[in-house]
Amino acid sequence: MATEASPHAVRGFAIEAASRDAVARRPNQLLRNLNAKIAAIPMILTAVFVFFGGTIWTIVYSFTDSKLLPRLKWVGFDQYERLWEQNRWIISIENILIYGALSLVFSLVIGFVLAALMDQKIRFENTFRTIFLYPFALSFIVTGLVWQWILNPEYGIQSVVRSLGWTSFAFDPLYDQDIVIYGILIAGLWQGTGLVMCLMLAGLRGIDEDIWKAARVDGIPMWKTYLLIIIPMMRPVFITTLVLIASGIVRLYDLVVAQTSGGPGIASEVPAKYVYDKMFLGQNLAQGFAASTMMLLSVLVVLIPWAYLEFGGRRRNV
Amino acid sequence: MRYTLRTAAFAASVAFFSGPAMSTDLEVTHWWTSGGEAAAVAELAKAFDASGDKWIDGAIAGSGGTARPIMISRITGGDPMGATQFNHGRQAEELVQAGLMQDLTEIATKEKWAELVHPKSLLDSCTFEGKIYCVPVNIHSWQWIWLSHKAFADAGVPVPTNWDEFVAAAPALEKAGKIPLAMGNQPWQSSGAFGVIAIAIGGIDAWKAVNIDKNAEVAGGPEYAKVFKAAADARAFRKNSNVQDWNQATNLVITGAAGGQIMGDWAQGEFQVAGQVAGKDYSCLPGLGVNKLISTGGDAFYFPKLNDPEKTAAQMRLASLMLSKEVQVNFNLKKGSLPVRGDVDLAAANDCMKQGLEILASGNILPDGNQTLSPDTQGQIEDLMTEFWSSDAISAEDAQKKYAEIIAAAD
Repeated sequence: MATEASPHAVRGFAIEAASRDAVARRPNQLLRNLNAKIAAIPMILTAVFVFFGGTIWTIVYSFTDSKLLPRLKWVGFDQYERLWEQNRWIISIENILIYGALSLVFSLVIGFVLAALMDQKIRFENTFRTIFLYPFALSFIVTGLVWQWILNPEYGIQSVVRSLGWTSFAFDPLYDQDIVIYGILIAGLWQGTGLVMCLMLAGLRGIDEDIWKAARVDGIPMWKTYLLIIIPMMRPVFITTLVLIASGIVRLYDLVVAQTSGGPGIASEVPAKYVYDKMFLGQNLAQGFAASTMMLLSVLVVLIPWAYLEFGGRRRNV
Repeated sequence: MRYTLRTAAFAASVAFFSGPAMSTDLEVTHWWTSGGEAAAVAELAKAFDASGDKWIDGAIAGSGGTARPIMISRITGGDPMGATQFNHGRQAEELVQAGLMQDLTEIATKEKWAELVHPKSLLDSCTFEGKIYCVPVNIHSWQWIWLSHKAFADAGVPVPTNWDEFVAAAPALEKAGKIPLAMGNQPWQSSGAFGVIAIAIGGIDAWKAVNIDKNAEVAGGPEYAKVFKAAADARAFRKNSNVQDWNQATNLVITGAAGGQIMGDWAQGEFQVAGQVAGKDYSCLPGLGVNKLISTGGDAFYFPKLNDPEKTAAQMRLASLMLSKEVQVNFNLKKGSLPVRGDVDLAAANDCMKQGLEILASGNILPDGNQTLSPDTQGQIEDLMTEFWSSDAISAEDAQKKYAEIIAAAD
């Protein structure tokens, strides 16, 4: 007779016991934590009817020819065909990809570097933190307007530098069709990096002192410590920050409206602005729905594989 | 004794309620916020206040493109205003079809609007299934170019009398440091300028074929090729105007920093407010001096359905007031537009307005783009025009091809 029960046998016995208990406990399972469940009902209803229901409604109506008011006249994929023939939509997609990629990379890098610098037990840390976080308190409209003035060739940076002596200095990205999206990127980074910095700082503060000491004792250079030890440990913080930055990218609308109104020409158009303009200015709801369904699709294309890797993987290891 | 007291109390209460009719407040939304426009809408407000009711002003800044979504959201969202401005045409088409607008047929028949309003197309745009839903208040035409005498004097060339002379004079203007053609960056401005060039250079028949019959072949054909070439010339002329709003571009012409602006006759209000005199400080060429005709667009007031019968009665009073002779004269003089009534005398009109009145009376008119194309098609054309006018990247031929595609798909 084996002195140790094999793991399989133990597991099988435990499962049997658990299911017997489950049968016995099932009536109480539902009523357990009842207060919390009741408190969650409004949010569940909102999530189901407003978010989920609204999304399904939008997708369904994107296959109709609704103009100012929604109506159920099916036209199949016509709205999507028209959408992808629009030069303005193609430019919007290009712009959001450029803005998204650069915003993500620079936000994370600058945010993390600032947080690492702030973590060095400096004086006036609170002051610096306030200064860096302050732009986040401004709305995108204010940010857009401020940066429109700063980047204005007659009143902003260009004229200041010229008045200091460099008379041939030229810096007016907002009037150049090829680089206007970078002008918007500057404003967006200025506004959002503060929050990334604060989140990273919180994450860094959560790292145990002993890790730092051990790394120092082992003689690992500082940059390697950060790159190979600290950052992997801060994975949850990075994921949270990523989600926040990504939602800010997809939502990009009011910054563009305030800073350039989509100009010059249609060089700084973004998908959210296309959706709004088609739905309300063009009185063509279905076209706007088609565009927003495409935006949702692109988010899902990124989200679903990640969710599978994140949560599906664990089940496979069990 | 007892009777006297009760009778006295009763008499007092009756006296209180049989006093003068209570004045009703009506909120009126519009997008007239420039200097000249504000002066004009103040005339409407003055007349309404003088008639006993109260005009609550709901001006929305940013031109029609910003204001219309707000107005439509309020009406479809259940918070309707008392009256709202729209342009003549199809902008409120679906709202009327959905039954959200007040029917004005009763007062229209009583006051014989069909006989007063000229041209008939204005009332037709207000009519749906035989019922009238709006009151036109003015006629605005796009087909004008406004020229600054100062700019041409500084450049040393005579003021042009048609488009070809303007194109010839443009190099001299540029040499003198002036912007040949002022134009704001908002999409509707470049789209409207294109429409003006289309009528002037392409001719009336081609314009009708494209805008009324939605004939895509004509849109891709030789007449419109000439139109797009002229538009490409104009594009080079407007390159250095870096302003947003239409009245900022008009200001460039008023101060002599720009040679001319292709803008509708509502620009006259700005010249008036700046104290300039037509023929002396500025001149106007209807139809770019080539094809003397005008399109009859303009503004009309719609009245959303309200639940309060007192407010509905006030809406009727306002509608009737807007078409009255006095209000038509006062309002249109300040606005720079033409009255919708054929029987009013605009003796105080300036030189350019008189030209407009003559053309109107002679019947050289066309419906406005807003009346023939849906807001969706207008939006697509605006997108194309914004792209075309803002950079040299897209050629006249490519733009014409895309334009023909939009017309082919227009509803």
